[in-house]
Amino acid sequence: MQRGVKKTTLKLFLFAILMFGFGYAMVPLYDVFCDITGINGKTSRVVENKNQSNVVSDRWVKVKFDANINGNLPWRLKPQVRNMKVQPGKFYEATYIVENILDVDIVGQAIPSVSPQIASLYFKKSECFCFVNQLLKGYETKEMVVRFEVDKELPDDVTSLTLSYTFFRAKAGNS
Amino acid sequence: MSTLAHDDHHDHKPTGLKRWFFSTNHKDIGTLYLIFALVMFFVGGSMAMIIRAELFQPGLQFVDPQFYNSMVTVHALIMIFGAVMPAGVGLANWMIPLMVGAPDMALPRMNNMSFWILPFAFALLISTLFMEGGGPAGGWTMYPPLVLQTGNAFPFLIFAIHFLGVSSIMGAINIIATVFNMRAPGMTLMKMPLFVWTWVITSFLLIASLPVLAGGVTMLLTDKYFGTSFFDAAGGGDPVLFQHIFWFFGHPEVYILALPAFGIVSQVIPAFARKPLFGYASMVYATASIAILSFFVWAHHMFTVGLPIKGELFFMYATMLIAVPTGVKVFNWIATMWKGAMTFETPMLFSIAFVILFTIGGFSGLMLGITPVDFQYHDTYFVVAHFHYVLLTGAIFALMSAVYYWLPKWTGYMYDERLGKIHFWLSLISSNVLFFPQHFLGLAGMPRRIPDYNIQFADFNAISSIGGFAYGITQLLFVYIVIKCALGGKKAKPRVWEGAKGLEWTVPSPAPFHTFETPPKLTKEMLEH
Repeated sequence: MQRGVKKTTLKLFLFAILMFGFGYAMVPLYDVFCDITGINGKTSRVVENKNQSNVVSDRWVKVKFDANINGNLPWRLKPQVRNMKVQPGKFYEATYIVENILDVDIVGQAIPSVSPQIASLYFKKSECFCFVNQLLKGYETKEMVVRFEVDKELPDDVTSLTLSYTFFRAKAGNS
Repeated sequence: MSTLAHDDHHDHKPTGLKRWFFSTNHKDIGTLYLIFALVMFFVGGSMAMIIRAELFQPGLQFVDPQFYNSMVTVHALIMIFGAVMPAGVGLANWMIPLMVGAPDMALPRMNNMSFWILPFAFALLISTLFMEGGGPAGGWTMYPPLVLQTGNAFPFLIFAIHFLGVSSIMGAINIIATVFNMRAPGMTLMKMPLFVWTWVITSFLLIASLPVLAGGVTMLLTDKYFGTSFFDAAGGGDPVLFQHIFWFFGHPEVYILALPAFGIVSQVIPAFARKPLFGYASMVYATASIAILSFFVWAHHMFTVGLPIKGELFFMYATMLIAVPTGVKVFNWIATMWKGAMTFETPMLFSIAFVILFTIGGFSGLMLGITPVDFQYHDTYFVVAHFHYVLLTGAIFALMSAVYYWLPKWTGYMYDERLGKIHFWLSLISSNVLFFPQHFLGLAGMPRRIPDYNIQFADFNAISSIGGFAYGITQLLFVYIVIKCALGGKKAKPRVWEGAKGLEWTVPSPAPFHTFETPPKLTKEMLEH
């Protein structure tokens, strides 16, 4: 085999392997991109902000609570209140009630989403029952609390927003 | 020429099964690829016939919806990966060494391997149709979560895709290694025939995009069987991510299918217009810019997933931008014909039809590229009409043109010109009867991938089905013409077409088993385009 052929072949094989890696690199890149732009309704999770002054805006924004169960998870989920009037800059608590309707222990996991998409950049949660496995024993009912704040920078044209939770059956081997 | 006499003297070849199974000869492997592509063209085509039969009238007549969906899915996979791509690689194998004056491909053993992977990959894929639960039916785009509901067919589908990817990447590496290292002295890059150029660029597209698809389908596999959550919202993943990964591969793939066709037409039109190709350098640059741009337009396939408005605008403008180099190419083909001494043999007819019909497909593509309009057209028959214009009356017409153009060089005999013309005209009319009404169906709102439809779509569907059956039967004529030509006929001269330029016409017809074992001495005339 010619030396040139060997070199070209090797380079091209490396390039192919690199592109295989790029496919996987798209996964974290996509998450970063969604975080920055706030598309996808993914909300940011923050600890209560210390250096923020306690100035509360005099605006009132309506927050609506939505609850869904995905697929064949035998649970019921509903918010304690359907909606709330909140002032941006102040922390509030909302409670969801989740109930297992079978007599077997089941592990579920909730995924939150905020719409309109633009609002998800300004919706901060300091406490949430999402993204972690939740075990419900047979027929058990639990109250789950979300503590949140709507950022004062929320664009003026957003007068109401919806926080939606969907409970999924947790995948085996996922924590 | 002394080199030719030398070649003939050494023209001994292995015989029997061994010749084909262990072949490292670029011409034999090219023939294998082309025959395989033809067989797959008929396998995929018969699935299309089932689809058109079911759609002939509203209601469910012949097949159940699950099977219908698997027909749609497997038809696409077979036509793309089994027919159009291998046909292109077959032509590249046969013609590139002849066109650049090389004795063979740079990596003959890898060449053998990349072909023989294909039959096994398609055996895996097609076997799923006979399994419990049926074949993959989630569409060739394999979107999760739907595709994850595929039964036992699922791992077969994924591994078939892996094999196809490996085969294509090896083929692409081989082509680049050949062109970069084995050209005859004097054959500089900018003197290469345009068919070689388009294949070099296509090869880069293959190497850059197929590994990404391989990664994407591997994620599907681990999501289903190994508990990962790349695309599963329950585990924090996102199904839309798959669409990004898929179309990052999928859009360059469109040009992987189209660029070799551009190359073919750029060989055929100058030969029958008896004029050099207009704007050779601009053709090379246009092809390269199409290839580069193709990596920045993928999200126009997914305008409706809820992209931010800025993203939609970016992908819309980038898509419009591709129309510029494509327009350059169409202009150059027309300018090549302008005031040429044209004759209309079958290859030329197919190439001219390509220019016109591919442009129609390009225009409907532009319409689909406009974001607000796409919200109406998305997932309707308008999309089906669009991509069949660019793939069937585009890519496949160009491949037909190539076969008629080079068939005498391969077999040593002229094909039956009268039958060739009949094949062309029947194909032209039937394919338009088949696909043109689908534009109207799409605009009226008929969704794709549906076995039944509202009564208002009945007439256009009936017309489309008649066109489909006519096109399918017409292709049997093509097989007859090719077999007849392989068996005998008028002896072909070395330069089969009087206006044809390029090194491949300096060797006898049929091309001897070994050619250019010593590099040819290139004269100025041999390098004309």
